[in-house]
Amino acid sequence: MPDSNANLVMEAKNIYKVFPGTTALQEVDFRIYRGKVNVLVGENGAGKSTLMKIIAGIEQQTSGSLLMYADGEEPKEVSFASTRDAVKVGIGIVHQELNLFSDLDVAENIFMNKEIKKYGSLYIDHASQVKKAREVLKRLGQAVNPKSLVRDLRLGQQQIVEIAKTMIDEPKILIMDEPTSSLSIQEVKVLMGVIKDLKREGVAIVYISHRLEEVKELGDYITILRDSRLVHSGLMKDIDMPGIIQKMVGRDPKKFFIGQEHQCGKEILKVENVTLPRYGGGYTIDHVSFTLREGEILGIYGLMGAGRTELLESIMGLYDKAEGEMWLEEKRLDTKDTKERILSGLVLIPEERQREGLFLNLAVKENLTMSSLFRYTKVVHILPDLELADVKKTIKDMAIKVSSPAVTVNALSGGNQQKVVIGKGLLTKPKVLLMDEPTRGIDIGAKSDVFEIMNTMANEKIGIVFVSSELEEICSMSDRILVLSKGKVTGEFNRSDATEEKIRKASEVGHGVTISV
Amino acid sequence: MARELKNRSGSGFSIGMVLLKMRTLIAFFAVLVVFSFIAPNFLSITNLISMAKHSAIWAILAMGMTYVIIGGGIDLSVGSIAGLCGMLAGGLIIEGLRLQIFGIVVYFHTPLLILIVLLIGAVLGSVNGLLITKLKVAPFIATLGMLYMARGFAMLRSGGKTFPNLVGNPELGNTGFPLLGAGKFIGLPVVVWLAIIIAIIAAYVSKKTPMGRYVYAVGGNEDAAVLSGIRVNRIKMGTYIFSGFTAALTGLVLASQLVASHPATGESYELTAIAAVVLGGTSLNGGRGTITGSIIGACILGVLNDGLVMVGVSSFWQTAIKGMVVILAVVIDQYQLKKQNEAALKEQSTAA
Repeated sequence: MPDSNANLVMEAKNIYKVFPGTTALQEVDFRIYRGKVNVLVGENGAGKSTLMKIIAGIEQQTSGSLLMYADGEEPKEVSFASTRDAVKVGIGIVHQELNLFSDLDVAENIFMNKEIKKYGSLYIDHASQVKKAREVLKRLGQAVNPKSLVRDLRLGQQQIVEIAKTMIDEPKILIMDEPTSSLSIQEVKVLMGVIKDLKREGVAIVYISHRLEEVKELGDYITILRDSRLVHSGLMKDIDMPGIIQKMVGRDPKKFFIGQEHQCGKEILKVENVTLPRYGGGYTIDHVSFTLREGEILGIYGLMGAGRTELLESIMGLYDKAEGEMWLEEKRLDTKDTKERILSGLVLIPEERQREGLFLNLAVKENLTMSSLFRYTKVVHILPDLELADVKKTIKDMAIKVSSPAVTVNALSGGNQQKVVIGKGLLTKPKVLLMDEPTRGIDIGAKSDVFEIMNTMANEKIGIVFVSSELEEICSMSDRILVLSKGKVTGEFNRSDATEEKIRKASEVGHGVTISV
Repeated sequence: MARELKNRSGSGFSIGMVLLKMRTLIAFFAVLVVFSFIAPNFLSITNLISMAKHSAIWAILAMGMTYVIIGGGIDLSVGSIAGLCGMLAGGLIIEGLRLQIFGIVVYFHTPLLILIVLLIGAVLGSVNGLLITKLKVAPFIATLGMLYMARGFAMLRSGGKTFPNLVGNPELGNTGFPLLGAGKFIGLPVVVWLAIIIAIIAAYVSKKTPMGRYVYAVGGNEDAAVLSGIRVNRIKMGTYIFSGFTAALTGLVLASQLVASHPATGESYELTAIAAVVLGGTSLNGGRGTITGSIIGACILGVLNDGLVMVGVSSFWQTAIKGMVVILAVVIDQYQLKKQNEAALKEQSTAA
């Protein structure tokens, strides 16, 4: 046992969580200590978020128990039917995604569904809400005006509002799920200060992050999950960085990514001076130029809001306002018509697969051929045998786990859905594949399948543009790396001279902290 | 091979599931059986043909509506477009087309006249489509506007009066219009044949052509459709044009059956068409539904209507019963969807 039970505030014992088709957690124990930063790490899909959702009452465990400890009392078993129950015992969660109402002001957001009311429930006392909100924000070291609309705040400030929302309940346990993923270095520093203050006040922090350096610096205790199981828990000082990575991925970290150098052929895609004006002045994409060769994987790295997604979407012709010139195999792309771009050999694997990539109530078969129906069509008639043959081949080649091509795609797991999206793109027989965060939120197995597909495609002379916010992935998969910051190219590195440090530096060019009131 | 696949995926479902899926058809037969017991002469050939005639009109409108709804839209203007097209046809037969510049009046042959009116319906549908795709007006609002405009123009065409006695004049060569509504071919009314022909084409397009599949894609997920290279605006335009076309045909048939066109014809027909579509299991959220379902839905409404009249139920009750049937259908549909998703998840988890 890493510490005496004296400082324990909460313990999860032998937690199982079963979803249709997958087991997200099995035999997981997790302890939370008062006044400490309790770090939880693991690969995407390891079960971190599920565990946190159970502790915060958003999901209920299939089996296992949650115990709350209080001074000098016997531990008490608790069960949460909803987040409300969890809030009552003092558990707050700051989600990875922002859950804010952008057209309401900061104070209204902070007091959402816990408004200060007067005269029964007839009147919201907004003046006291604003006052209290100001106090909380001050405690968080932020001079954010409680009366400004959330849509007018910078991303980092919005994240602070998200934390303030939870702080208003004076939680004993504060869960932070990837709070820094969208912050600049300076904003992270502010947040680190806030966390240290909270620690001093005796709040137990549960901290989830992908940024291991951050975790190492901040954490007191560490718990590591892998493939839905607990693989390690103990004091942070007893484990070193390679040890953490080793336990997270379960094999030698160097061997995990199947990156390889590719034989690059002639130039296939040339993008020159692409700009996309931002609503309200400035540019989302600011004169970006690059080239891509046959069989090359070009990694594009950047923080949230750097313009990565917009760049790929501009290349697909999705924005009427985008300007700049593009050549595919020396053929100029003039019209901004997505269909023509697909026909000429470009295809995009979008970032949000369910929102932009899939037709959830259609079958796997129909999803797969949606972009390439022209190849199975005679005059106006779809040739069913021809279509089915290619569908079956794709399912086999990409190892999509599905009982029949007629299954609707919403019954599939995240990884298999992602393979359907990629399969749909590949069936158009592209020359250039634009992949936007293709490994986000899928399990390790599916992830390495995706990498293998990428390597295969590169070996078949397809040029790949690969956007990812996971530095390790970018570094190991790419032949060349382009770094974007605030819509500009701020760095370009070859495989041989790219280091995570250099890339990160380049990605933060232009991100200064400005405290606005 | 495709059939074998369908069977395999079906085998995972229970008998209850199959019954649920076929509920519209079962409901249709249930209605037929009930009325055949309580209504005398219900199963007589004359009555069956008359019911088929009524159902065919609903079915034609419902098929256009089905495409629009699967594509994620709604078309409230079909009743008014039917009314306007009926008036235009009546006007062309009675008054002809006055070309003031040449100082002549043109009377069209009936087949040409029908084609012109159908074309006008399609053009009105394309106005809906343009408003929705180019000017980004919400479908509900755009077609609501068209509902009022078309009805207004229908009234203006005659100053609110009826064009009576649309038999044409042998001297002008424009006779034969009543045949559309009253004519028969191999024992069945022309309307029924028209409905059958449109049904075959509409069902084929929705199942076997890229166009049909794109309609499902656009209604299911417009963003993904754009990224998949589907020309979303063209697909939407197509659905509204087809809907306008079916509305015009309905208007022509109604005018022909009455041998007169009245500007109020087709009022609230859009609601019946939507009801038929919903009865047939098409989701108002788009992306899900079938042509056959809508046809059966139209038949249920047609039979229910005529049956209740024959039994002597008051028309007030008829309206109330129709409403209950539609709501019940949607409730069952939601239940089926939930069960179906559960079954698919289960099957998938045993496979993976």
